[in-house]
Amino acid sequence: MLGKLSWQAIPFDQPIPLVAAALVGVVIIAVLAWVVLKGHLPYLWQEWITSVDHKRIGIMYTLLALVMLLRGFTDAIMMRSQQALAFRSDGYLPPEHYDQIFSAHGTLMIFFVAMPFVIGLMNFVVPLQLGVRDVAFPTLNSVGFWLTATGALLVNLSLVIGEFARTGWLPYPPLSELTYSPGVGVDYYLWSLEISGVGTLLSGINLVTTILKMHAPGMTYLRMPMFCWTALASNLLIVAAFPILTATLAMLLLDRYLGFHFFTNTAGGNVMMFMNLIWAWGHPEVYILVLPAFGVFSEVISTFSGKPLFGYRSMVMATMAICILSFTVWLHHFFTMGAGADVNAIFGIASMIIAVPTGVKVFNWLFTMYGGRVVFSASILWSLGFMVTFLIGGMTGVLLAVPPADFVLHNSLFLVAHFHNVIIGGVLFGGFAGYNFWFPKAFGFRLHEGLGKAAFWCWIIGFYLAFMPLYVLGLMGMTRRMQHYDVAAWRPWLLIAAGGAAVILAGIMLQIAQLAVSIRHRNELRDATGDPWNGRSLEWATASPPPDFNFAVLPHVEGEDAYWDIKQRAREQLRLGDEPHYDEIEMPRNSPTGFICAFFATFGGFALIWQIWWLAILAGVGAFATFVVFAWRDRVEYIIPAAEVARIDRANRTARSAALTQIEAAS
Amino acid sequence: MSGAAAANGGAARGHDDPYRLGHGQATRQRQPAAEHADGSLLSKRIIVGYGFWIFLLSDIIMFSAFFATYAVLSDATAGGPSGHELFDLSNTAIETACLLLSSFTCGVASIGARLHRGVWFYGAMAVTFVLGATFIGLEAHEFAGLVARGAGPTRSAFLSAFFTLVGCHGLHVSAGLLWLLTMMAQVFAKGYRPDILRRMLCFSLFWHTLDIIWVALFTVVYLMGAGQ
Repeated sequence: MLGKLSWQAIPFDQPIPLVAAALVGVVIIAVLAWVVLKGHLPYLWQEWITSVDHKRIGIMYTLLALVMLLRGFTDAIMMRSQQALAFRSDGYLPPEHYDQIFSAHGTLMIFFVAMPFVIGLMNFVVPLQLGVRDVAFPTLNSVGFWLTATGALLVNLSLVIGEFARTGWLPYPPLSELTYSPGVGVDYYLWSLEISGVGTLLSGINLVTTILKMHAPGMTYLRMPMFCWTALASNLLIVAAFPILTATLAMLLLDRYLGFHFFTNTAGGNVMMFMNLIWAWGHPEVYILVLPAFGVFSEVISTFSGKPLFGYRSMVMATMAICILSFTVWLHHFFTMGAGADVNAIFGIASMIIAVPTGVKVFNWLFTMYGGRVVFSASILWSLGFMVTFLIGGMTGVLLAVPPADFVLHNSLFLVAHFHNVIIGGVLFGGFAGYNFWFPKAFGFRLHEGLGKAAFWCWIIGFYLAFMPLYVLGLMGMTRRMQHYDVAAWRPWLLIAAGGAAVILAGIMLQIAQLAVSIRHRNELRDATGDPWNGRSLEWATASPPPDFNFAVLPHVEGEDAYWDIKQRAREQLRLGDEPHYDEIEMPRNSPTGFICAFFATFGGFALIWQIWWLAILAGVGAFATFVVFAWRDRVEYIIPAAEVARIDRANRTARSAALTQIEAAS
Repeated sequence: MSGAAAANGGAARGHDDPYRLGHGQATRQRQPAAEHADGSLLSKRIIVGYGFWIFLLSDIIMFSAFFATYAVLSDATAGGPSGHELFDLSNTAIETACLLLSSFTCGVASIGARLHRGVWFYGAMAVTFVLGATFIGLEAHEFAGLVARGAGPTRSAFLSAFFTLVGCHGLHVSAGLLWLLTMMAQVFAKGYRPDILRRMLCFSLFWHTLDIIWVALFTVVYLMGAGQ
């Protein structure tokens, strides 16, 4: 009846996951109780859960990323403290638990922090920057988000029901095969990622179509803001790479569930094929994450330097070059496979070539700042921190791309330091820069600058303290994923690294404080005009937060930095453009399809993990029925009358005129 | 019109910043790009069709992963039977004929839907269904026969890859049949509304793509396998 599920699945003998889960459970129940008792449930359902508005979905993606960041960071702190303690002792985490923690840490941070963070920013910003009212497929967008949330939920469920994988964030066979991992841990991993992978693919298809096919009048490809270009490259990579992940994980599932022989040691299975396939997805994945971050830095640096982006076209070229080259380097993740010197040399050189377009980008950012009047906001601090940190990470990457060096360094903490160097310094800093930059656009008030800067300094100092020692440890021969060790020389460095993690913790606390303080003081931090940073692209041309329809009248774009031109004209003439003629606007109606679909996917995934076949079939039927009900809808859009559009737009025009009058008075 | 507007914009720009290196369009205007700009006015049909094409490309990439796996493992028979011993080309020929014919009838159904001609639409869709179901039946029969001979997917890595690649295509066709029935029910219930016709467009694209994949599949798996 319940497949493999029984009371033994609950880890009653392990206090740490139980207490953690109880704590999380209490928080979730408290939040739910507050929502229900305060009567917020209808609002939450109508305005957020069923929303197909790209802005709301973007915000929910980002929220998911930030919440999961807390969970992933908790794992990180546990690993750092374990390694600080486990010198000639067992520490406080038994090996089977420690192995689950580092696997869950990597899985969460990549799939449920970094991915939703960049997808959230792209979802929120891209249609606004293109000057359009929505994405190409609004309901599909919602389905994609909720499937991602399902994946995150399943991974977290493994904390209390059963176990998580002990195989690392990529489940390398033969360890991940049924023979060596008989529990449900790997199954949790596989089904979570299959489900959330579908969500990511849907989101990728949606954004590629949006960017290539939907533009405001005059918004040609070579007038799109840099963030749109990087989003395009990133989503093209999603469309091209995620199917490989789906196929690879499906093969491992077949091995585990039906006794196939793709990656087994017996009957002709080929273990190294898994490494090849997973990294054919995995290396593009790195660029899926970091390219949107590059886009954020381009926007932030050009805005706060008061200058157009230097070398816009070379930036576009570099972005698309990276997009293509990212598929030609996967073998550098396993130079030690034994492919031979020639093959290794080719992939080593290809890896180094990627550093060239990246270098082009760094110089473009530097030249953008050169001669500009740089405003040192929190967002640009993250960008500057990125440039220094990412440069170091990039250089250690080039080092690792030299096959002989890689033979020495692979699987060591040097590698761990390298990829944290680029992912924290690149993706996460980019996410935080974008979070500070676009927060006022999303909510209508700015984040507290002082606390934001303090958080930045804690993060960057903590980062260097936590990860530079790992380079040293890697060179000293310490391999990754060690539960305990007895080399005395390693200990001081691991203590420093643990201290670094504590400083990062302070940074995270400051970020939470920043959010809380900003919400309390939202009236002083209010962004009345919708253009708090003297921005250049079209998202700043509309109110903060933007109305459902984004733009009352689609803007006419006449060059790069579309909004800068409109604003410059208004400043020269000391008046806004003439009031446009307002028409009624059709917008897509909200739909619970995404949420209900994810509901069935959650039960379906859970049923497949525990092999409760009747429930899996029921969930499949439910998901199909959901789509049929959705397909049978007759009214798919609602109309916002012209008078309402005019009322909303006039309010924003009044605020902008007032701001213009102030400028006039000041000059 | 948009070209002229862009030219104006080019002249009005650049008064605030001397470092406009790499911003080529201040001097160069390109007419076709400017026309492209009215993308927001593109019809829903174009946007939906385009998005579905992107999905199909991603699906083809998934198949390519299975194809690559098959190519790697096709010799890994682990002492078990090879494709040369197992494949029955006459069965495959009938399967191929069914699927290619069904693509033709699916095209007829598309035309029927576009012209709002019920007889052609329902008739051609029904024939498509029968052909697709025959294909699935033949494939299931082939699979059952292989398993009965002890050549199931657990026998060797080669057979794992074979069953997965061919079975994945079969699953797609089965999903297509479910979609086909839903599509017919929808046209019956809702008539030839523009949104229904857009879905019909997507369905026919999906069906033809499965055909293309089958052509690759029967070449790489069956013809090359049997000819070894």
